[in-house]
Amino acid sequence: MEVLQLLVSGLANGCVYGLIALGFVLIYKATEAVNFAQGDFMMIGAFVSLGLTNAEYMDLPFWIAAPLAISIMAVFGYLLDLFVLRHLFGQSQTAVVILTIAMGFVLRFVAGLIWGHEPQTLESPLALGDLQLGGVVLGMADVAIIIVTFLMTFFLYQFFQRTKLGLAMQAASQNQMAAYFMGIPVKRVQGLVWGLSGATAAVAGILFASKGAIDPNAGLLGIKAFAAAVIGGFGSLPGALAGGLIVGVIEPFAARYLAAGYSQIAPYALLLAVLVFRPHGLFSQVRVKKV
Amino acid sequence: MRIHFKTSYAHDIRLFPDRWTLSIYGSLLVLAFALPYLLDEFFLGEVTNVLIWAIAGLGLMLLTGQTGQASLGHAAFLAIGCYANTILIEQGVPFIIAFPLAGILTGLIGVIIAIPVLRLHGIYLAIATIALSVLADDIIVLTEHWSGGVSGKFPEMITIFGFEIERWSMPSRFYYLVLVVTIICTLFYRNLLRSPLGRAFAAVRDSEVSATAMGVHIARTKGKAFGLSCMITGWAGALMGYYAGTFNNETFSLVISITLLMMIVIGGLGSIHGAFFGAVVVAFLPQALSILKDNVVGSGVAIPGLETGVFGMILILFILFEPMGIYGRWLKIRTWFELFPFARKDMFRRQKSYLKTERLR
Repeated sequence: MEVLQLLVSGLANGCVYGLIALGFVLIYKATEAVNFAQGDFMMIGAFVSLGLTNAEYMDLPFWIAAPLAISIMAVFGYLLDLFVLRHLFGQSQTAVVILTIAMGFVLRFVAGLIWGHEPQTLESPLALGDLQLGGVVLGMADVAIIIVTFLMTFFLYQFFQRTKLGLAMQAASQNQMAAYFMGIPVKRVQGLVWGLSGATAAVAGILFASKGAIDPNAGLLGIKAFAAAVIGGFGSLPGALAGGLIVGVIEPFAARYLAAGYSQIAPYALLLAVLVFRPHGLFSQVRVKKV
Repeated sequence: MRIHFKTSYAHDIRLFPDRWTLSIYGSLLVLAFALPYLLDEFFLGEVTNVLIWAIAGLGLMLLTGQTGQASLGHAAFLAIGCYANTILIEQGVPFIIAFPLAGILTGLIGVIIAIPVLRLHGIYLAIATIALSVLADDIIVLTEHWSGGVSGKFPEMITIFGFEIERWSMPSRFYYLVLVVTIICTLFYRNLLRSPLGRAFAAVRDSEVSATAMGVHIARTKGKAFGLSCMITGWAGALMGYYAGTFNNETFSLVISITLLMMIVIGGLGSIHGAFFGAVVVAFLPQALSILKDNVVGSGVAIPGLETGVFGMILILFILFEPMGIYGRWLKIRTWFELFPFARKDMFRRQKSYLKTERLR
């Protein structure tokens, strides 16, 4: 029963990592760049929804505030691409990496200025009550997180596989010039995917803030989400979720069964092991080009 | 405008292209040695800090600017250098042996880490090095027996043949020590660039495919770059330990790694000058900000995260408008004056490039 309880709580945590990792993978799939500020996007999304919902700020009903926060973050992502990232079009990945790290710093600073550095919780209807399932206690927020994450992964996967826009995004990342020739507006497509990942980050933020307190440094969670995305293999949406779940499940088990001090190493040790033995992740998308 | 007629290979690889450059760097050196007589102790300490950061920047520059491998984990190697030096001295090894040994040890550990890690490309490498940096913190806590863990360590006073050097009581002696190490590292870096290995580094950075075609062994070259980079970083780490006076597991955190990378980007990737310019920015920014803040909002008002926030903004502006950093801007200004009135706007324009996926190779 203890194992089951650890497993379930790990799954809920893992879903949050998975959601952030989804944001990385979305951007990576469409622009071949990595947004190191995705964790901070999530933090901003959480704070925006908190600012709209909580009584001391805007005091809107949650079910109006949540879609509003998601759309605000989508617009934010699109504008960020329009005004900042588009200048780097065609430059090396390293430039984007450094830019997004810097963006993370700035976002953390701005969030601290607006909402302060005290941890705050979202007044969310998801946060109420626990669910008892044969001895396993599960918070309602955890259940919501698990359901939403799986739905998001499913729909985003379908979006990339089935819709015209999703395919255009994949094409734009595989070969920008060829995509241009095929009539894909590459820059606008990239802007849209930044918007999409902003929306994903907002969903992750709302769920995360329903589960516990957030502060401007909550974005540092992004590092664990990185581990998740890499373990799953950058570029694979189900891989990102799987990676998130693996990292999430390993953590409580390591904390329970390993000596203190070794437990927080576990996710990173796993990350390094995956990188050494399967350098492109468990769900590798790297294929050797055949002529 | 100066025109260099190169009539032999030796001409081409000279350290200084002409007398003018030599005299500029010569006078800079004289100024550096005279500095303790010109500045008071506080500013001398700050300059020492700049030099230490510059050494660390040179270390990372070798890897990122020269070989093109972005590392977000160099704080781990700062830590290794610092702890190796302190532990060796505690074991009774004299400083004059322990200090170089600490760097070499860091380099060796770097090579061992590089073997699996450098198979990775681009972002995977960046993420693996982030993991290294996070792990270093935990490993220091776990090896408490040697490293002192959370409670940290205090480096002992430096003694070179009975000559004592200490950061607080004799800042000018410590300054000279750091200056000498800086000069050695800079000369080492500069000479490395003139050697076949240095060219191999640049070849790997510019195009791995063409480097292979020219007979450069990619993995081995990257490994060497990692090792040499870690060696210089290790020395910087050891000096940083002396400068701080005390250090523990949190001294060399991920933030230091990121700051280091941002520093060389602001300074200008791929140039020795860049490491120094970046170090000046990193070392003086906190002071400048606190003076500015005191004047604008009054002292006593704390704005948490101000430094990193402003640092991030400066970095974003640089990447957007001057990707070659301070040194790149300086080159442009200099070229404009040298070619006056023939400088054209498009002289430094980059070629347009289109991205292709890394997932198909």
